[in-house]
Amino acid sequence: MAERNIPMREALRAALREEMIRDERVFVMGQEVGAWEGTHKVTRGFLDEFGARRVRDTPISEMAIVGAAVGAAMAGLRPVAEIMTINFAFLAFDALINHAAKARYMFDGQFKVPMVLRAATGWGNQATATHSHTPEPIFAHFPGLYLGCPSTPADAKGMLKAAIRDDNPVLFTEVIALYPKPGLVPDDPDFVLPIGKGDIKRAGKDVTIVSYGRGVEWSLEAAEILAREGVSCEVIDVRWLRPLDLPLIFESFKKTNRCVVVEESLPFYSFGSEIAAQLQEHMFDYMDAPIKRVSAMDVPLPYAKEIELMALPDAHKVVAAVKEIL
Amino acid sequence: MAEVVKMPMLGATMREGTFINWMKDVGQRVQAGEVIAEVEADKATIEIESPFSGVLVEKLVSAGDVVSVGMPLARIETTNGGTSPAASPAAVAESAPIAPTAKPEPASALAAAPGAPAQLDPHLPDGVRASPLARRIARERGIDLRAVRGTGPGGRITKSDVERFAPAAVRQVAEAPSAPPRAPERALPSGEGIVHEPVSRMRQRIAARTVESKTTIPHFYLTSEVDMAAALSLRKQINEGLPDDEKVTVNDMIVKAAALALRKFPNLNSHFYGDTLVRYQYINIGIAVALPGGGLVNVVARNADQLSISQLAKRNKVMFANAREGKIKPEDIEGATFTVSNLGAYDVEHFQAIISPPEAAILAVGAVKQVPVVVDGEIRIGTRMKLSLSVDHRVSDGAEGASFLKALRELLENPMRLLV
Amino acid sequence: MSELTKTTLTRAELVEAYHQMVLIRRFEEKCKELYNARKIGGVYMHLYSGQEATGVGAVKALKPTDHVITSYRDHGIAIAKGSDVKRLMAEMLGKRTGVSGGKGGSMHLADVSVRMWGGYAIVGGHLPLAAGIALKSKYSNDGDVVLCFVGDGATNNGYFHEALNLSAVWDLPVVWLIENNLYGMGTPVEVASGQPELHKRAIAYGMQDFGRVDGMDFFAVYEVAQQAVEYARTTGPALIEAITYRYEGHGVSDRIYMKRVEEMRAYQQRDPLLIMEKKLRELFPDIAPELAQVESAAAAAIEEAVRFAEESPVPTAEDLVRNVYA
Repeated sequence: MAERNIPMREALRAALREEMIRDERVFVMGQEVGAWEGTHKVTRGFLDEFGARRVRDTPISEMAIVGAAVGAAMAGLRPVAEIMTINFAFLAFDALINHAAKARYMFDGQFKVPMVLRAATGWGNQATATHSHTPEPIFAHFPGLYLGCPSTPADAKGMLKAAIRDDNPVLFTEVIALYPKPGLVPDDPDFVLPIGKGDIKRAGKDVTIVSYGRGVEWSLEAAEILAREGVSCEVIDVRWLRPLDLPLIFESFKKTNRCVVVEESLPFYSFGSEIAAQLQEHMFDYMDAPIKRVSAMDVPLPYAKEIELMALPDAHKVVAAVKEIL
Repeated sequence: MAEVVKMPMLGATMREGTFINWMKDVGQRVQAGEVIAEVEADKATIEIESPFSGVLVEKLVSAGDVVSVGMPLARIETTNGGTSPAASPAAVAESAPIAPTAKPEPASALAAAPGAPAQLDPHLPDGVRASPLARRIARERGIDLRAVRGTGPGGRITKSDVERFAPAAVRQVAEAPSAPPRAPERALPSGEGIVHEPVSRMRQRIAARTVESKTTIPHFYLTSEVDMAAALSLRKQINEGLPDDEKVTVNDMIVKAAALALRKFPNLNSHFYGDTLVRYQYINIGIAVALPGGGLVNVVARNADQLSISQLAKRNKVMFANAREGKIKPEDIEGATFTVSNLGAYDVEHFQAIISPPEAAILAVGAVKQVPVVVDGEIRIGTRMKLSLSVDHRVSDGAEGASFLKALRELLENPMRLLV
Repeated sequence: MSELTKTTLTRAELVEAYHQMVLIRRFEEKCKELYNARKIGGVYMHLYSGQEATGVGAVKALKPTDHVITSYRDHGIAIAKGSDVKRLMAEMLGKRTGVSGGKGGSMHLADVSVRMWGGYAIVGGHLPLAAGIALKSKYSNDGDVVLCFVGDGATNNGYFHEALNLSAVWDLPVVWLIENNLYGMGTPVEVASGQPELHKRAIAYGMQDFGRVDGMDFFAVYEVAQQAVEYARTTGPALIEAITYRYEGHGVSDRIYMKRVEEMRAYQQRDPLLIMEKKLRELFPDIAPELAQVESAAAAAIEEAVRFAEESPVPTAEDLVRNVYA
C-alpha cells in the first residue's frame, strides 16, 4: 500500500474519517468539533461529510462530554469524544476515572465502554501554568482505562484506529507541538497498531532511552548527538502508558544495562518513576547504573519564555543525563 | 523494650553462614558483649555476641538455618535499659554490619595499599560501590569486588570493570560457594552402598578457589634444597628454658625467613588484579593449617618480618589452636600477602602448592631429613629440607623466583640472621 | 390527589405495582436486619423505604425496553424495573451470583437484562451517563426513553447542570426525576438550594417542567411520569420533582434522622403502601384476598432470596481480576 507524507493532524483525521466510514456507530463529539472543524483541525470537513448527527458540537461541559460518551458507549455506540486540551480533562476526572474506567468492573462485565477520549496535550508557546500540562501518568494510574500518546503521524493513525476499534475506554492524547510535524503514513484503512505495543525508534546498545510523545523527539535528537561521540542509544517509544510494553523495555535493558527516561511532564510520581520502579524491581541484576530521569522541573510553567524553556526538558538535557551514567 | 539481635557482618566478604547453636536459653540474662550463639561461616566458627544487656526472650533461628547478614536472630528484652556501652540499642540494631567479635577492619589492607582498587566503605555491600549488574557478574565468576577498580561515576564498579578484570578463562568456571563446580553432564551415581552428602561450605570454597587458581594462574615451580643443620641447632638453643607455649618450631623459622626474604622481592609480595598489580608495604604470611575435620585454613601472621621469632612462635601457636578448634575470627584469615604451606610433619619430601589468588606465589615446605650428602668429595650425613616455590608467571619470572629461593636458603643456613 | 379515571393501568397491573412496593419494603427491612447481623457488609447502604411510590410509579410509566439509571439508593429502582430479588439479595451479601457478581454491592446494582443501568455512587455522576444512553436512543432512533432518578442533593453539583443542559441542547429522550426526600445527607433542601422548588430548574435549561408531584402517591407519580415519558419520547427532556421521604435516614451512618420524629410520623401517616392499599380497596371492593396474597408472596420471595444469597458462593480470585477490561 502507498504511503503519504502528511502531518500528524492529517493522520489523525484520516484515522477518524476511515473509522466513521467503516462503522456507523462511531461518531465524534466535543467542543468545536463541528463548524469550527476542531480546535486543531482534526475534524476538518467532518460536519459536511457526516452531518450534525455524527459530528456533535457540545457546550463547554467537560463532565458531561465524558459522562455522555460513557453512557453512549455503554448503550452500544462507539463515541470519540474530544476535550480541547488535557488541561480541561481535570474537570472530567470523575467521569473518566469513576465511570469510564470502573463501570464495567463494578457491574462485573454487564456492558462494555468502547469510547475514546481525545485531548491535546503538552506545553508550548507560553501557554502558562494551567494550559501546559502533560499529565498522562495521572490518568494511567487507574486500571480500566487505556492511555496512548503517539509520537509520529503513522503511529497516530495506527494507534487511534486501534483505540476506536477496541472495546475499552481509551484516553488518547495528542501532543500539540506534533500536530504539524509530517511523516510517512500508510494509506491502508486497516493500518492498525496493536494497543500496548511499544516501538524501538532507534536501535542501540549502550543506553536505553525510554520515552513517549514529545520526549521521543528529544531522545532521538540526543541519540544523534551521542552517536557522534561514539555512544549508541536505543530509543524506545512506549506509545501506550497503559498497557505498558514492559517486555520491550526489559529486553532492551538487558542489553544496555542503563536507562534514561525522558518525559515532558513533572518528575514526582511520574512516568519516569514508574519505569525506574519496574526496572529496579524486575531488572535489578541487570542494572549497571542508576536509572536517570529527564523531566520538566518541579514547578508550574511560567509565562516568560526564558524561564519557561529553562523548566523544560530538551535534547541537551537528555545528552547530559546519558553521560552521567556512562 | 525488646531489641533485635541481627546477624552481624563478619568480615568484608561474608554474606551468610550456617547457624550452629545457641549458647543461651530463652529466659536467661545476657550481658552486652556476651556470646549468645555460634555461626559457621566459610572458614570459621563465629561467635555472636549480644549488643544488648537484658533477657533473651525469643530465638528467631535454629541450628542448621542459613543466616544472612542483617537477619534477625533473637530478641532481647532490655529491662534495665542496659545496652552496649559503645552504642545505643537503636543504633546497633539499625547498623547490623557492626561486628561484635570481628571488628570491621579499620583501614583495610587493600585500601591502604598504593594503587588500591577501591576505598572500602563499611556501609556498602562488600565495602565497595558497584552496580547491581557488576555484583551479579562478580558473584557468578567468583571475583572479589574489592579487587576491582571502578571506573564509573564516583568510582563505581560497573559491568565493564568486572569483565575487564576477569580473564576470559574465568568465565568458564562457575564459581559460587552455593553452587560447587560439578560437570553438569556427569550424573550423580546412586544406588546401594552409595551415600550422598552435601559438600560443605568450606570445601566449596576451596574447590572454587583452587579451580580459579589452576585455570587462571600460569604457575611455574622451582625447588631448592636447604641445609637445615644450623637452623636446627639454633632452634635447640633458643628453646632451652622456654615454656612449651613459646617454643619455636622449624615452621616459625621458615615463615620468618620467608618474610625477611620477601622484603627484597616485592613482586612476590604483591597481588595480581588484571591490569593492576597491588603492592603491599607490609608482609603478611598466610600459613596453611589442616583442620581436624578436614579442610584447611590459612591463618595470617601479620607483619611477620617485623616480629621476633619468639613473638611469631607464640602467636602462631595460639592461631593454630584456634583454627583447629574452629574458633578462628575472620580477620585472622584475611589479608595474607604470601602463603607458606608446610607438609613436613607428614614426612613429605617435597610438593608443589597451588597459589591462593590473588597472591603471586606460595612456598611449599617438605620434611627435614637426614640424607647422605657429598662434602669435599666425601659422603657424610647431612640435614636437608626441600623448598618448592610456585610462582604466578604473570607477576614474576624464573630468575626472580630462583633469587628469592636463594635468599631464603641463605637466611635459613645462617639462622642467626633470623634473630636480628 | 390524582383522579383515578386518568390511570390506564388494569387491576392486575395495579396489584403488580402494589406487589412491587411491598416487595421493596420487605427487601429493605430484611437488608437492615442483615446489616445489623453483619451479614451485609460495608459502610454504605441507603434504603428506599418510604420512597416506593416514586420509584414504582415512575417505572410503571415505561415500556420494558426503556432505560432506568439511578444513584446509590438503588435497591427499590432495581426491583421496580423487574430485577430478580434473589440476585439483588446475593449482591447485598457480596456473592458471586449477585447482579454485579459481588463486586458492586448495595450502591452498584445493575441489571442490564432489564435495562437497569445501575446505581452510581458519586453524587450526580450518572446524569451524563443517562444523557449518553438517551443519545444512543436518539442516534439510532429506536424510540426508547431514559428515566433518570436524581436525588435532591445532586441538583447542586456540576453534573446536574452540565447533563441537563446537554440533554436540552441535544433534545434527548430523557426524563429527569428528582426524588426530593428533603435532605441531602443531613442538610435540608432549603439550606442547600437557593431555589428549593427544584422542578423550577427546568426553566434554566429551556426544558419542559412537569412540576412537583406527591411522591408518596403511586397514582400521582404514575400519571405525571406517563406524561413526561411520552413528552421525552416525542419531543425532548422533561423534569419532574417528586416530594418523598426516606424512613431509614440517608444511609447506615445517619445518626440524626431519628430526631426528626414528628416529621417522620407525619410522612408515615401518608405511607405510600397505605395510600395505595386504601385506593385499591376503594377501586376494587373485593380485592382483600389479593392484597393478602401480595403480602405472603412478598414475604416468601424475600425468604427465598435470602436463602439463595446465603447458599451462593463468594467471588473467586479469578473474579477479582475479571472484567477490569473487556
